[in-house]
Amino acid sequence: MFAYVVRRALYAIPILIGVNLITFVLFFVVNTPDDMARMHLGMKRVTPEAVQKWKAERGYDKPLLYNAEASGAGMLTDTIFFDKSVRLFAFDFGASDSGRDIGADIGQRMWPSLAIAVPVLLLGLLVYISFAMLLAFFRGSYLDLSGVVLCVVLMSISGLFYIIGGQYLFSKLLHLVPVSGYEPGWLAWRFVLLPVAIGVFAGIGSSSRWYRSIFLEEINRDYVRTARAKGLPETRLLFRHVLKNALVPILTGVVVVLPTLFMGNLILESFFGIPGLGSYTIEAIQNQDFAIVRAMVFLGSVLYILGLLLTDISYTLVDPRIRLS
Amino acid sequence: MHARQPLSKHILRLLQWLVPALVLALLAACGEQPWNSPYPPGQAGKNILYSSFGERPNHLDPAQSYSSNEVVFTGQIYEPPLQYHFLERPYRLVPLTATGMPKPWYLDAEGNRLADDADAKDIAVSVYDIEIRKGILYQPHPALAKDAQGHYLYHHLDAEALEDIDSLADFPRSGTRELVAADYVYQIKRLAYPTLHSPIFGLMSDYILGLRDYAATLREAYEERAARQSGPVLLRLDDYPLEGVEVLDRYRYRIRIRGKYPQFLYWLAMPFFSPVPWEADAFYTQPGMKEKNITLDWYPLGTGPYMLTVNNPNRQMVLQRNPNFHGERYPSEGEPGDAAAGYLDDAGRELPMIDTVIYSLEKEAIPYWNKFLQGYYDSSGVNSDSFDQAVQIGSAGDISLTPQLQKKGIRLNTAVSASIFYTGFNMLDPVVGGYSKRARLLRRAISIAMDYEEYISIFANGRGIPAQGPLPPGIFGYVGGRAGIDPYVYDWTPQGPRRKPISEARRLLAEAGYPDGRDLESGKPLVLYLDTTGGGPDDSARLNWIRKQFAKLDIQLQIRNTDYNRFQDKMLKGTAQIFQWGWNADYPDPENFLFLLYGRNGKVEHQGENAANYANPEFDRLFERMSNMDNGPERQRVIDRMVEILRRDAPWVFGFFPKQFVLYHGWYHNAKPNLMANNTLKYRRIDPLLREQKRREWNRPILWPLGLLALLLVVAILPAVIAYRRRENRRIRTEAG
Repeated sequence: MFAYVVRRALYAIPILIGVNLITFVLFFVVNTPDDMARMHLGMKRVTPEAVQKWKAERGYDKPLLYNAEASGAGMLTDTIFFDKSVRLFAFDFGASDSGRDIGADIGQRMWPSLAIAVPVLLLGLLVYISFAMLLAFFRGSYLDLSGVVLCVVLMSISGLFYIIGGQYLFSKLLHLVPVSGYEPGWLAWRFVLLPVAIGVFAGIGSSSRWYRSIFLEEINRDYVRTARAKGLPETRLLFRHVLKNALVPILTGVVVVLPTLFMGNLILESFFGIPGLGSYTIEAIQNQDFAIVRAMVFLGSVLYILGLLLTDISYTLVDPRIRLS
Repeated sequence: MHARQPLSKHILRLLQWLVPALVLALLAACGEQPWNSPYPPGQAGKNILYSSFGERPNHLDPAQSYSSNEVVFTGQIYEPPLQYHFLERPYRLVPLTATGMPKPWYLDAEGNRLADDADAKDIAVSVYDIEIRKGILYQPHPALAKDAQGHYLYHHLDAEALEDIDSLADFPRSGTRELVAADYVYQIKRLAYPTLHSPIFGLMSDYILGLRDYAATLREAYEERAARQSGPVLLRLDDYPLEGVEVLDRYRYRIRIRGKYPQFLYWLAMPFFSPVPWEADAFYTQPGMKEKNITLDWYPLGTGPYMLTVNNPNRQMVLQRNPNFHGERYPSEGEPGDAAAGYLDDAGRELPMIDTVIYSLEKEAIPYWNKFLQGYYDSSGVNSDSFDQAVQIGSAGDISLTPQLQKKGIRLNTAVSASIFYTGFNMLDPVVGGYSKRARLLRRAISIAMDYEEYISIFANGRGIPAQGPLPPGIFGYVGGRAGIDPYVYDWTPQGPRRKPISEARRLLAEAGYPDGRDLESGKPLVLYLDTTGGGPDDSARLNWIRKQFAKLDIQLQIRNTDYNRFQDKMLKGTAQIFQWGWNADYPDPENFLFLLYGRNGKVEHQGENAANYANPEFDRLFERMSNMDNGPERQRVIDRMVEILRRDAPWVFGFFPKQFVLYHGWYHNAKPNLMANNTLKYRRIDPLLREQKRREWNRPILWPLGLLALLLVVAILPAVIAYRRRENRRIRTEAG
């Protein structure tokens, strides 16, 4: 397994370089260093000298990808791309274009994101799997049909509607929870209650349908029929055997998102005033802060690769027949 | 043997515990305050003002901060020598830390002193001597903390000492010292510091003697030091004298500026000219500080009524009363009507009147508005989403609050901003630009066709007044009534100004050589191009409206939508033909509006703020004269002439002056709008007990829908339970059979 992990880690390097290059190109197709400077320097009384000075201080006065004026390796290394990319591979995110330390900001903002994402994942799994099990149990009945229709209806509604509707109902009309805001520590639970409930509720439709199809596929297998023929109660059959054997596809979806949990939920964080990493990335894009955008995309890529690796490893734990080589 | 229990019983048992536990936890966490309160229970009934920020401020260093979301903080923390009178209108400057209003004296090119009424062209240098009040102390700050021997405690920190430091609050000790004139001089020098980007450096280097050369000297010294040493570089500015600024004694300093520039006093009321102690830079420039985001840009150090005690731009920023504040009293005089409006109720009271101001991160408008209605924010603007809920416009155009808001005791304050939104013509463009009669008539025709009354009604919910010229009401030089209308665009009627009919615009267009929107010479349709920003779904109606205005003249308008950066780039290169832009005044002087059309500020040639690239020699001459004049009938005559030139040449369609609508709760006092001052927080007062009472009244939790919801859930689950039992029983029966 060790050799497998090392090999996958090595594969990750060209992937990360590629992601970094694509991010770089996409960002600079839309924004020029001059645009970035103007955005940071404000709208009034910005002189060309100030723009030039801002660029020079942050290394944005160099060519983007290729420096024709340099010689040798300098043609590739004396560029914005090289300057801004190399340190990322040592996880040194440096300072944002507005001068704040990105590592410190990430360290601070990952906790509010986790406070939302972890409960949404765990509660979501519990609710979605239970509901999907229920539908699978009553497969073919009117209950199953009603449940599927309900799922389709729920998944057809925009997530934004749940957020605004939830805020309107539970905060504005019923006065049960704060509309938005955040407090660190244990006091956070009052603020995460509604976003977590909405996060879970918004996912019922799509997730339960997906889990239901997995369970139904499993229920129709021979070993289930055999177990049922041997008189195993249906609940036991479902929770003991079907669920266990359906874990491989479930894990595919779950483990891969585990490391990326702290990257946050963009819309939930924005509407509920949660100071997490989702809103951090959005703000950076709006402010044309390339340093943050590149750091967050790089981090997201690393975590996604890590998630895929964890998924592979988890297969071996769930299904002893699978071997990593 | 232990019997297996059905799953439903497990769930029911879990719910049996979980629901009461949840309710108890809610009750325990909320204490006696409403459940939906976004604030900790300990804050109930305290003298705290609640506000928000949507975007974290980029700079809190007074040399750099300029945006409105920055000065809302720096204005309360830093104290320049002057400030605006809170109540009086027109706006008037009064001393803040200065002992009196500085009166400039003048020198000629040979250095001889001139009379106070000397002609501006003879004045080579204006000298401002400013004396500050004694005994003003800085806020408590670790940069000023000293040990028993008088050595600074935190000016030589190493990595080990910084290990447990994550924010300014982690420094156990703080200190203070008296404000001295040298601190003001130090800050003016900082405007030229190589690593700072002061937005006014360009402008000030045109005025403050030697500032431009000073920047070059500092840059050279900085680069030399940076090449020699590793880590952060700090130049001791005392070692580098600046020609135009000097310390006269402990409490007096002198600023020398080129020529006569009466508007300089307004700049002395802005945070750029606030004092910064050298200790601040010595403290913040230590190695390792920036990596922890501990910089002057994030943790200001001032003498003002408030100090920033929490700066977490990711969540919350907190201003707290500065315990060392020198004291100031609420003004006893205002303009007529202030006493009746209650703005003089606190006359003579010690300032500031609010202990703490908490700004919470609020990205979206809807949650902010809901929290305002619940009493969790003390004031709110009115945006288009909430306009209909907040404001109703009567048949006579009168504006009032909706009954819902009136019932809550909310009040509405309106004020015309010192801003203008306009449509500009690029005077370098061969079709719409230039000073020929043909181009002038074309621009005038378009000015008539663009019905800004309709625009304000549709797109600004009536929040604005159509502009008759470049100067908004409240600025010296503005003329209202019949004498103040733009006679090229409006006719005067007993009901007020009325836009000329479109037939008049078509007549002008024909006279310009474009009858029915076709070029008389080529016979081709006239196609014009408008550059504007924003192309989202919200903008499409606005852009269609603009197209419609040109279509009235049969002119085909091509709209080139772009982002703000690209737009600025086009303006710099002069490739736009017609554009829309705006200006928010820095200070209440006509010079700050008319300079937008001064030839030497042309965007293309001089990279200035004259985006229309308008250059009229007579206008420029008058501008230079008007800039140096004191307010009075003579200056008014010059301004009138300048405005007339602009109306005749029509380089802008004057657009409109936006109106600011702000809502305040009944417990919020002294909310008089002051659009120039940025330090008005100290005058505000709230009644926290009334607020607490109202919050409780408005936010009683309603629980019965939860019971209904639970019932619905049971009703939804019941068929499943019944079906499950039936199926299990059937199975047993089958098995038994």
